[in-house]
Amino acid sequence: MFPIVVEALVKTVLILGGLMMAAAYLVLVERWIAAWVQDRRGPNRVGIPLTRIRLFGLGQPIADGTKFLFKEEVTPAHVDRPLYFVAPMAAFCAALAVYAVIPFGSVLPASSGVPGEPIRLVLAPGIDVGMIYIFAVGSITVYGVLLGSWASNNKYAFFGGLRSGAQLISYEIPMGLGLLGVVLACGSLRLDQIIAQQAATGLWNAFVQPLGFVVFCVAACAEAERLPFDLPEAEQELVGGYHTEYGGVKLMMYLVTEVIHMVTASFLIAILFLGGWHFWGLTGSGEEVTWLEALIRIAVLLGKVGLLILGFMLIRWSWPRFRFDQLMAMAWRMMLPWGLVNLCLVAVLMEWGGRWAAALGVPVGAIEIPVGWVALVLTWALTAWADPIATDNTPLPIEPLNQRGIP
Amino acid sequence: MNPQDADIRWIQPPELGLGGRSYLPLFVEGLTTTFRHLVGRKITVEYPEEPHPMVHPERYRGVHRLNRDEQGRVKCVACFLCATACPAHCIDIVAAESPWPDREKYPQSFTIDLLRCIFCGMCEEACPVDAIELTSLYDLSGKSREEMIFDKEKLLSVYDQTKDREPMRSRGSQPISGTGA
Repeated sequence: MFPIVVEALVKTVLILGGLMMAAAYLVLVERWIAAWVQDRRGPNRVGIPLTRIRLFGLGQPIADGTKFLFKEEVTPAHVDRPLYFVAPMAAFCAALAVYAVIPFGSVLPASSGVPGEPIRLVLAPGIDVGMIYIFAVGSITVYGVLLGSWASNNKYAFFGGLRSGAQLISYEIPMGLGLLGVVLACGSLRLDQIIAQQAATGLWNAFVQPLGFVVFCVAACAEAERLPFDLPEAEQELVGGYHTEYGGVKLMMYLVTEVIHMVTASFLIAILFLGGWHFWGLTGSGEEVTWLEALIRIAVLLGKVGLLILGFMLIRWSWPRFRFDQLMAMAWRMMLPWGLVNLCLVAVLMEWGGRWAAALGVPVGAIEIPVGWVALVLTWALTAWADPIATDNTPLPIEPLNQRGIP
Repeated sequence: MNPQDADIRWIQPPELGLGGRSYLPLFVEGLTTTFRHLVGRKITVEYPEEPHPMVHPERYRGVHRLNRDEQGRVKCVACFLCATACPAHCIDIVAAESPWPDREKYPQSFTIDLLRCIFCGMCEEACPVDAIELTSLYDLSGKSREEMIFDKEKLLSVYDQTKDREPMRSRGSQPISGTGA
């Protein structure tokens, strides 16, 4: 009993500390990338406090955090106080709770000196409903945003909250469909099982189900409320969106939550579609690992996550924000059918793919991969031909004023 | 606005081809653009370490200077045109009889309150003898209000500081010769 508790505590401290550090430094990286894309240099002055050492601006998160902590805690008079305080905490806790089932590596070797089973690098190993848990807890984030916007009693915050609610709920469906394909193919809801299955075959899900990969990436980007899907806070339209009335530590909780969402989305994409800790010829694929292999697996997984995060940050400056009706049309008229096509395809291949491959005398992958990519190209082309997002923006004719009997 | 107004000409956006409607070329274009800028040359000037590369120092309106003529005397003839033109009323001149034969008056004291000055350059335009000019010195600061009130000596020293870098932009080197009244 006792070692399990210690193990869980150590993992909790590692994950929480790592996430908070990552959030602080990802904000810095985000500002750097933003600056570099705009031909600026970004924050490069703040180094070690009280010295003249600059360290390329690596001290910036300390300054930012200190600023947030020492800000005056303003509570506007017109807000609904209990909800106003609870909302950022709900969003923050929900974003963190997801990490209970997200693995950050494989296993530690059995020889690590701890009695009992080898240590799995997941906070709560052996939760068989892993993905359902992630979706359930992730949905609570919507409450954080909606409650915050409602409690703020401000029309811009409320608009942001409404948009956020509609967007998050809409994109959960394509996200789930993209995930269902993976779950169907791997036969498990546990993230470590999904990785182990990809490692065993050496075929990452992104190669076999490119359609599901695209759907999941778009939906994950929308769920993380990153540009080009950041309509909930659309500064140019809504002041600051749902956190307009927030400041100080409560605002920091919302902002950190957004960063953590991006990290979660990157973890999920890396684990579900890009093989998790697996890399050919580098990590091995079995349960028995040496210390070196265990560390390489952690590094590979975190490297994939880091690259995905960099991709998210680059995407932010690459494409303009969607209009809200385009955003909704994209969820319901593009991503949802794509997800369904992918799901049907995976189901068909699960049932008959093996028999066809045996009949042709080739491995299953040789059937699955071409079919998946042909399906992606065909579906994409069909969507482009039908163009479900296009809208006619010509204004409707208005009767002239003098014909309406107005003097 | 009435959309049926005969004066309104409706323009339709160009039809997109299959490529345009698939969004792929736009995705690629956006990503390549951002990536090119990501690794491209940065245009930020690291100001306190690097001086600002001023392209046209003669056009910049920074701290004033009082020019000297060839003999090192102040060029100003205390005509008060600059003080009259100044919209911020920051120039204060006390005129006195000139000790030199070629002009009637000269400024016994010439003070510019740079805290009031709006750096509009009207004084430079008004000056008939090109005695007052705005230099390209932009990093102007002081620790007290008194320090920011520039008197004649300080303005002349600004000229001594900047004369090599920014030669006088005068239209003629000769001051208006005083004929005596």
